[in-house]
This record gives sequence, structure tokens and C-alpha cells, in this order.
Amino acid sequence: MTDLTHPRLPDTDKDSPGWLRRKLQPLTKTRWGRFAVVALPLLWLAIFFFVPFMVVFKISLAETAIAIPPYTSLLDWDGEEGLLSLSLNLGNYLFLVEDSFYIDAWLSSIKIAGISTFFTLLVAFPIAWLIARSHGSRRGLLLALVILPFWTSFLLRVYAWMGFLKKNGIVNEFLLSIGVIDQPLIMLQTDFAVYLGIVYTYLPFMVLPLYTALEKLDMTLFEAAEDLGCRPIQSFFLITLPLAVPGIVAGCVLVFIPAVGEFVIPSLLGGSDTLMIGRVLWDEFFLNRDWPMASAVAIVMLIVIVLPVMFIRNGKNNGEGVS
Amino acid sequence: MTSTQLIEPCVAATVVTPSPTADSEALADKYAGQTPFVSIQNVSKTFGDFTAVDNVSLDIYQSELFCLLGGSGCGKSTLLRMLAGFEEPSQGKILIDGVDMTGIPPWDRPVNMMFQSYALFPHMNVADNIAFGLKREGVPRDEVKDRVAKMLELVQLGHLGKRKPDQLSGGQRQRVALARALIKRPKLLLLDEPLGALDRKLREETQFELINIQESLGVTFVVVTHDQEEAMTLASRIGVMDQGIIVQTDEPHDMYEFPSSRFVAEFIGSVNIFEGIVTEDERDSVRINSREAGCTLAVNHGISCAPHQHVHVALRPEKIRISHAHPDQQENCISGVIEEIAYMGSLSSFRVKLASGKEIRVTRPNTDRRMAERFTWEDKVFLFWDEDSSVVLTS
Repeated sequence: MTDLTHPRLPDTDKDSPGWLRRKLQPLTKTRWGRFAVVALPLLWLAIFFFVPFMVVFKISLAETAIAIPPYTSLLDWDGEEGLLSLSLNLGNYLFLVEDSFYIDAWLSSIKIAGISTFFTLLVAFPIAWLIARSHGSRRGLLLALVILPFWTSFLLRVYAWMGFLKKNGIVNEFLLSIGVIDQPLIMLQTDFAVYLGIVYTYLPFMVLPLYTALEKLDMTLFEAAEDLGCRPIQSFFLITLPLAVPGIVAGCVLVFIPAVGEFVIPSLLGGSDTLMIGRVLWDEFFLNRDWPMASAVAIVMLIVIVLPVMFIRNGKNNGEGVS
Repeated sequence: MTSTQLIEPCVAATVVTPSPTADSEALADKYAGQTPFVSIQNVSKTFGDFTAVDNVSLDIYQSELFCLLGGSGCGKSTLLRMLAGFEEPSQGKILIDGVDMTGIPPWDRPVNMMFQSYALFPHMNVADNIAFGLKREGVPRDEVKDRVAKMLELVQLGHLGKRKPDQLSGGQRQRVALARALIKRPKLLLLDEPLGALDRKLREETQFELINIQESLGVTFVVVTHDQEEAMTLASRIGVMDQGIIVQTDEPHDMYEFPSSRFVAEFIGSVNIFEGIVTEDERDSVRINSREAGCTLAVNHGISCAPHQHVHVALRPEKIRISHAHPDQQENCISGVIEEIAYMGSLSSFRVKLASGKEIRVTRPNTDRRMAERFTWEDKVFLFWDEDSSVVLTS
């Protein structure tokens, strides 16, 4: 006779159709479920980031060869001697350090990216502020305008700048016509054009995180600051800027990293003396056909950029933990 | 001189102060010879078509705790923001301590404000928040430290100086906001709904602390609130605002007992209003025939009115006595049936329906335990009150 005073345990009733599902449920709910959610992005990263990265890393340890592909394999099987040899060539990395050309290219890239990031921040801040302080449909419109350039090809837009900046381009003709200058300015193929191109191209990546940070600011904070004796300029440095730091950091990282490796903008707008690591990489690959060298440059580039960013992120997390 | 008398004629006509001018005059005497500390002179503020503040004149004296009371959108916050300097008056001017504030920005005014949202700087700890105003003045570091420590003691937060605002409770944040606003020793402190965000119990405690701090520092406080209870407990004087004008300015007691208009009577506390026609108007008494009440209403103060003028009589629920037996008075005595009883612990509230259909609210303190049981639904009862319990309102 069934004991009605005891509730039936789900496991004891193995004939009911839901049994298997119930048995599996805790599993899907915890381990498998979580695994499935994480697995997809992990798989994506493994296939499209980690494997190519390892391939590039492997190539960087090889030597150039006149072959297809143009590098030696690391493993060598000598059938007669029965010898499997692994040769790792660190020469590429040593050469990177020894030849000042690469270091110069590095430093120059970081300088150009750094200066461009700074100016992007200067231009983006007022824009983000304006959007954050406007309301309703106006805000939507301004945000749409910031994103709008993405609808045209990046390459086309950079080409358009060539049209603006060249000797008989729109800017020069305008300045000549109003008599500010009497001969055209050389703007194209200078570092100035590269800065301009980077600032222009990456502006939305700076505006959007800044907007997000500024939009959250409570306007009464500024009134409180003014009430306590702050002029508007002081309250900007004491209140706005510190509270916008998360947005500033995010925006600068988003602009700085791609700018360091930028290839198209220095190629189209920069002069022959604009030295950037992206161009060096291109030249190594396609002009010198020195794949191992180019790979070494790429690996070092990744390390040099990723390490500081991880450091920044860590610092930020620690800061939040303390506060 | 009270501000009601300063208001432009058309407003003044609606603000006929009933006889208790004795009290208002006492108030005027209290501040006689004093120059007003804050003088708001014919100030208007318009936003487009909307008039937020309409030709307000108001004097506030040294060390007062003045409450601006009104519903939302009545212009009280706009008036406060004009004192702080966040808004410029469209017309008129504001004098603080004798200095015309026109064109003076917030950072140059001898005024500090405690914001409704507290507006604490989230990236600074409590001590830095409080020190903020002093540092801007260039006060030496040691003195800043001393004064911050003292201020933290005053608001009983001595141990929390290193905390960030988001690690504080609502009540603690309120104290930080108060400390931050007080540290510069402002001549005038503006408080925008200072207790609005606190729960009831905390609000009651904080009210008295606020008064203590105000009294010990002698700073003039101007408080904006929509909560009439808060205004009554805090204020030394209340100004009731409605649609951009100050309807009445008085001490809390006078405001409650002698409202000057139907609006004030109904806004502050609950009140029964009878309509009636003046039948007898003498120097210190009036008789009013009210069909609604079904009896003659006698009031022991004179009013300035035309004979047979249509007036309202305001009567607070707690001034009415209730009994089963007919009292020995004919005037100010009406009968009805108990419709509803609400037992609220310290007092009981009755809703009594009169023969005319009018419903009257009566409250009685439960002074003895059996009190509430004596009356029950459908009981026929007599309501009666004294001649000095009601107020005649001509507007």
C-alpha cells in the first residue's frame, strides 16, 4: 500500500515520461547549460583567434625560404638518420630589437596613435556632452549623426579626405579664394593629414563611450559644485572629468589600439616618412615577402598593445573593488 | 509688516486676514526695527508662457526657519532656485543681507543649498564632500581638517569620514548633504525637501535635529516642502504658495488656526467648510445662517464684509465635540448620523452625515479606553463647538 504521508520522490517513479528530463534537469541547469553558453564564444575565439595566432607565432619562428609558402617548416624529418629535428629561429625577434628601424616604427606608431587619441578626445568630449545634455528626438538625431559615417565605406571616406587636402583641393582653394594664404598649403602626405584622418575615422568610437559616461551624470552635481563656490571651469575639472574617467578610458582604448596598427590612413594620407608599424608589416609581407619577420612584428605588436590594456583593466577593477 | 500686506492689491483683496491680526501684529513687533535679512521684492519668473513665480514679495528675517509650502508646480522650488542663483528673476529683485543679488552667480552668493537628491559627489568620500566648499575658498589645509571634523561631529558622522556616498544609508547621506551645505557658514541655508527621501520614523527624528542645528548655529533657513506636517514642525514661519503667488504668511499656529482663505484652510490639515450668509455682523462677532449646516453659526471675531455676503466658515475636525444628548446651546449645534468610524489608536475619526446631506468629519482623542466604543454606526449624534472654534473665510 502506498504510504500517502510521504511525498513521492521524483526518482522513484521511473515509468513516468518526465523521468529522464527530471534526472537531466539539474545537469542542464548548471554545468551543461553554462558550458553551452560559454562554449560558442570560446569555440569562435579558438578557431578565429587562437589558431591563427599560433600559426602566425609558428611562422615567426621559421626562416624565410624561396618556396610556397615562403618559409621553412619548424619540423624536419631526416628519413636516413631517423632524426626528427625542431629548429626554432629566434633571429627574427633578435633582429627586431637590434634594428632600430623597427623600434623607431614602434615609437612613431605609438606617438601618432597617442597624439591622435588625445585630439580625438578633445573633439569628442564637447560632442558627447552636447548629446548627453540634449533630450528626446534631438538626442536620437545627434547619436544617429555620429554613427552615420559608418554607412559609407571607410576607404571611400579616407579617399574623400585626399580630395579635401590635396594641393588644389577644396580646403586650399577656399583659403586661397578668401585670401588667407597666397599659395597652397601642403597638407596631404604629412603627419598632419594622418592625425586628421585618425581623429576623423575613430571619432565615433570615442564619442559613444563618453556619451554613455556623461549621460549618467546628475546635473544637480554641477549646481551643487557651483553652490559651494566652483566656477563652471573648476566644476568641469573637479566633477565632470573625474566622473567621466570610465568613458575616457574606454574611448581611448578603443581609439588607441586600432590607431597603432593603422595601415590605410598612413598609406593614403601620410607621406613617405610617416613611419607606422602597420605599414612596416605590410611591406615585410608583400614587398620583402619575409613572412617570418612580418609575423614576429605582428606578435610583438600584439604583446605590446595587449599588456598595457590588461594592466589598465586590472587597475580599474581593483579601483572599483576598493571603493 | 507681514508679506501678505505687500502683495499687490488684487491678491491682497483675496487675503482678508480675519481678526487674529493681534498675533500677526505680535509677529510684526517681533521683527520690528529689524531689517529683513532676505528681501524678495516683486519677483516674477516666467518660462516661456508659463509663470512659475508671479510678483512675489517676501521678507525673511535673521535666524528664521522659514518654510515655503505648496503643492507641486506652485513655484516654491523656482523661488528657492532664484535665491540660490540658479535662476535669475524675470522681474523684481532679491536682496540678501542688504545686497542686491541681481546678476550675482551662485558661486559668489553667501548662500548654500541642500539639494533634494543631496547631490553628493559620488567620487569623493564623505570628508572630501564636506571639505569641498572650504577648499574652493582657499582655506588652509589644517583649518579645513579641523572644521570638517567638527562638522562631522555636529551631524554625528564622526566615524564615517572615509566612506563613499554609495556606502551610506539615506539618513546618513542627508546628514552629509547638510554638513556640506553648512561648512562654509553661509548666512542663508536653502533646503529643498530636506526630509523628503527619508522614511517616516527617521524623518521625525531628523526634523528635531534640523531645528537644533539651526538654533545652535543661528543660520537663517529657508525650507521648501510639500509636506504640511514637516512645515508645521520645522518652521518658525510658513509661506503657503499656490500658482506662483504667496497666499498667506504666518506662524504655523496662526496658519492652522486662522487660515485666511479656503485654499490655505484646506491645504493645511483637514477642515469642514460650511457655506452661509452673514445675518449679523458686529465688531467682534458674526452670525451666519447656513442651510448646509442647518443652524446658525456664531463666530466670535469680526470680519469686514457686506451685509448678507456669501461666506465660508471653516471648522477643524478636532474642534467639534460629539455627544448623544442635546447640548445646552442652540447655535453651533447640528445633528446627524454616524456614517463611518475610523479608529486610529490615539484618536477616532467619525464621518457624520447631516440632514442636508453634508458630511462632517469629527476627530476625538481616545482619552479613555472606552471612548471609542460609546459611538457606533447609525447613531444619531449632536455635534457642537464653541464660538471661537471656527473661522470665517471671505475667499
